[in-house]
Amino acid sequence: MVDKLTDFISRFYVAIIAVFLYAPIAVLIVLSFNKSRSRVVWEGFTLDWYISLIHNRQIQSALMTTLALAFLSAFISLIIGTAAALGISSMKRRSHRTMMVLTNIPMLNADIVTGIALMLWMIQFMPLGFNSVLLSHITFNIPYVILAVLPKVKMMNLSIYNAGRDLGAGPLRAFFMLILPQLKDGMLSGFFMAFTMSMDDFVITYFTKGAGVNTLSTMIYGEIRKGIKPEMYALSTIIFTVVFGVLLVANGNTIGTKERKRGYE
Amino acid sequence: MDKYLNKRKNLAYPYVVWSVGFTVIPLIVILRYALLDRTGAFTLSNILAIVDPVNLKALIFSLEIAGGCTLICILLAYPLVLALKRLNFGGRRSTIFILILPMWMNFILKLLAWQMILSSNGILNLVLSRMGIGSIDISNTYISIMIGVVYDYLPYMVLPLYDAVSAIDDDIIEAAEDLGAKKLTVFGRIIFPLSIPGLMSGITMVFVPSMTSFVTADILGGGKLQLVGNIIEQEFIQSMDWNMGAGLSVALMIFVLISMAFTVEKHEQSDRQEETAW
Amino acid sequence: MGNIILELRGISKSFDGKKILDDLTLDIEKNEFVTLLGPSGCGKSTLLRIIGGFVKPDSGQVFFEGQDITLLPPEKRQVHTVFQKYSLFPHMNVSDNIAFGLKLKKKPKEYINEKVRYALHLVNMDGYGDRMTTSLSGGQQQRIAIARAIVNEPKMLLLDEPLGALDLKLRHEMQRELMRIKHEVGITFVYVTHDQEEALTMSDRIVVMNQGIIQQMGTSKSIYDEPQNAFVADFIGDSNIINGIMLKDRLVLIQGIEVECVDEGFDANEPVDVVIRPEDLIIGTKGSGFTNGIVTNLIYKGAYYDISVTAGTHEWSVQSNVPAAVNSEVSLSIDPENIQIMRKPKSSDEEVIDKLG
Repeated sequence: MVDKLTDFISRFYVAIIAVFLYAPIAVLIVLSFNKSRSRVVWEGFTLDWYISLIHNRQIQSALMTTLALAFLSAFISLIIGTAAALGISSMKRRSHRTMMVLTNIPMLNADIVTGIALMLWMIQFMPLGFNSVLLSHITFNIPYVILAVLPKVKMMNLSIYNAGRDLGAGPLRAFFMLILPQLKDGMLSGFFMAFTMSMDDFVITYFTKGAGVNTLSTMIYGEIRKGIKPEMYALSTIIFTVVFGVLLVANGNTIGTKERKRGYE
Repeated sequence: MDKYLNKRKNLAYPYVVWSVGFTVIPLIVILRYALLDRTGAFTLSNILAIVDPVNLKALIFSLEIAGGCTLICILLAYPLVLALKRLNFGGRRSTIFILILPMWMNFILKLLAWQMILSSNGILNLVLSRMGIGSIDISNTYISIMIGVVYDYLPYMVLPLYDAVSAIDDDIIEAAEDLGAKKLTVFGRIIFPLSIPGLMSGITMVFVPSMTSFVTADILGGGKLQLVGNIIEQEFIQSMDWNMGAGLSVALMIFVLISMAFTVEKHEQSDRQEETAW
Repeated sequence: MGNIILELRGISKSFDGKKILDDLTLDIEKNEFVTLLGPSGCGKSTLLRIIGGFVKPDSGQVFFEGQDITLLPPEKRQVHTVFQKYSLFPHMNVSDNIAFGLKLKKKPKEYINEKVRYALHLVNMDGYGDRMTTSLSGGQQQRIAIARAIVNEPKMLLLDEPLGALDLKLRHEMQRELMRIKHEVGITFVYVTHDQEEALTMSDRIVVMNQGIIQQMGTSKSIYDEPQNAFVADFIGDSNIINGIMLKDRLVLIQGIEVECVDEGFDANEPVDVVIRPEDLIIGTKGSGFTNGIVTNLIYKGAYYDISVTAGTHEWSVQSNVPAAVNSEVSLSIDPENIQIMRKPKSSDEEVIDKLG
């Protein structure tokens, strides 16, 4: 039947795109188990790179810097961005629009321009290093939080807050007990998005980091010409597997139960 | 009405301060660098340097790559989004899951993996020759750069499109079929026009970054093919001519602003339609 | 048989292993206003979607004017649907929405304009052609949805709870409108609703459904006056449903009291459901009826009083034009003609109802 054929083609197409998205990842995972240091030849299975990873101080410190940046920038963006989303949603049309333009600038501007502009500005009052990178990451992360939380704020039932205050809850208590739970989903996805963007960023970090600080991205970039250390493949495989596991558990409920097909009331 | 919430807009002030401090002022600073020469005198030559033959060539090449990448992403994304909607693929979260998970593998490493896949004695050719098709040599060409940027930015096209298309009520599609529309007509008359806001944000999220993705050009173009991003990076890192680099950045930004103004306009239109609904 | 436009033969459909429609057979006549009535989940919407072509039945066939259309896609059927949520195309104005089907059929421009004008007039929306659909109220949107379907001159119009999202006053107004439109265009209407009042007002024939099977079919009057089982009695209008024992022909035992009725043909001492409409119970002075009771509640409903009378272990619901004081002792009497005796349900499908009685 035509329906079945269309279903088959749809599945096939989704599978092809998935292969396209995951092919290089498969290559990297294979490389992390390759005895050869060279990227081209397969010389047999080994776990050596995973073991030597434990002793590689350089990679470990880059990992720590990357994680610290991702966590701190996502966390601070979450706070500023959520507050901003609450504020923006209550603004009148014109200020609302101005705020949205401000929010869109870091999203729409080319990374390289954002990175250079931040670098040119920050060198005027602070040394480039971890802090300057952190400030930059927060800058490009806040919009992701705002865009994730704002729709939830617009859907939120505000009368609950008023009812809570009427029933005697203080403003802070009412906020944490009545407003935040309604925004939880948006905040979670905003935080996750920000964390991912920070981990994945290269360009802005590259321009704002100064000497001495390295994230995994900038470290890898520096190694391109001399050759990537195989430990890096091992570390990437670990990170990928961990995130895959975490996401799988977090999404477990929703992936298993497909939304019911329409058809009966 | 909002008895307790009338001061809510104050909550946005920390962000306003941050935005001015780290978005607006840096843009003014870069503009200032762009408009001064090394001695500190006013000049337009840094910005106009974009029409220099070498730079212009890079800009045109960037536009070609970005335009091609955007087009390919659109052509790949629509069938994907429709297939995901049709298969009722576990809802939005699993779709996002599949598209975002690859971001957790470092993008430079992934580009290096593509380099290995596409190189003349790489995995792709190995597979092709096993299948008896023979080999192709596309390494260090614009084709491999194109594959790289499409790979990098396809998720940014798919996500907003997916949101826009899955927001279309099934009833509306059924109503169109009920009134006699075939699948293709439903797409042309209903799904496509209603997905335009998503398409617009997809285009901005793909077009601009793919113009400047200098690492992709570096790794997959073998250093021979330069995007405008490569030129700017070289001015800063190699030539240490910050004014020139800033000038080229500002020139680039003008292109971005033009495209942004265009899409913001579109968004506003669709926003307005939504609001009147309430 | 020439009058039958749609035949449903042995339609069954399951979703996720749950049976929604069970071997259902139904004929619909030309120009009939048929209402599928039932609680949510009874399968009425699924049946409508099968007629519309959006759902394929697992087994069974659909014939339209004698042709088997079971597998025909919706766009090829001469049947149009008005959806509950209006489903107007949000990016088109009112005229473009109405003209959608005609444009697809490549009708000439003047013809389309003329038809759109006619359709707008038919639904009392003259002059709204250039408005965006999103700027209209719910009632207006539903009128446009009806115009959009009717303009294509379908032989049958399917309406899936089209008034469900409207407020009460507007709903009454739209009911009259729908009947007028039906009268003017003279096509078959198949209407789905869970609102019994809506069904009773508009339909030529009501099909009461529950648990995927037809419980009863007939005119509004026959369904209301002579429900065939406790489910229909309970679902249509308010009813007192009480357990009884049929002592012999024309005599039933309710709560230990022998009451005269007009039903015959039951086994001696057969357990039955006794159904009495609240408006059929008459309140009188103590001792003048078949039972005495205490008034426990009184609610003024505008046109009548809703009175609860507790007699023994049963609370009777009574509708009366005159009030009765709470806590006063009264009697209940009834005309034997107004007592409905029903056999207890035997199939598992009907069992749920048993718990209500």
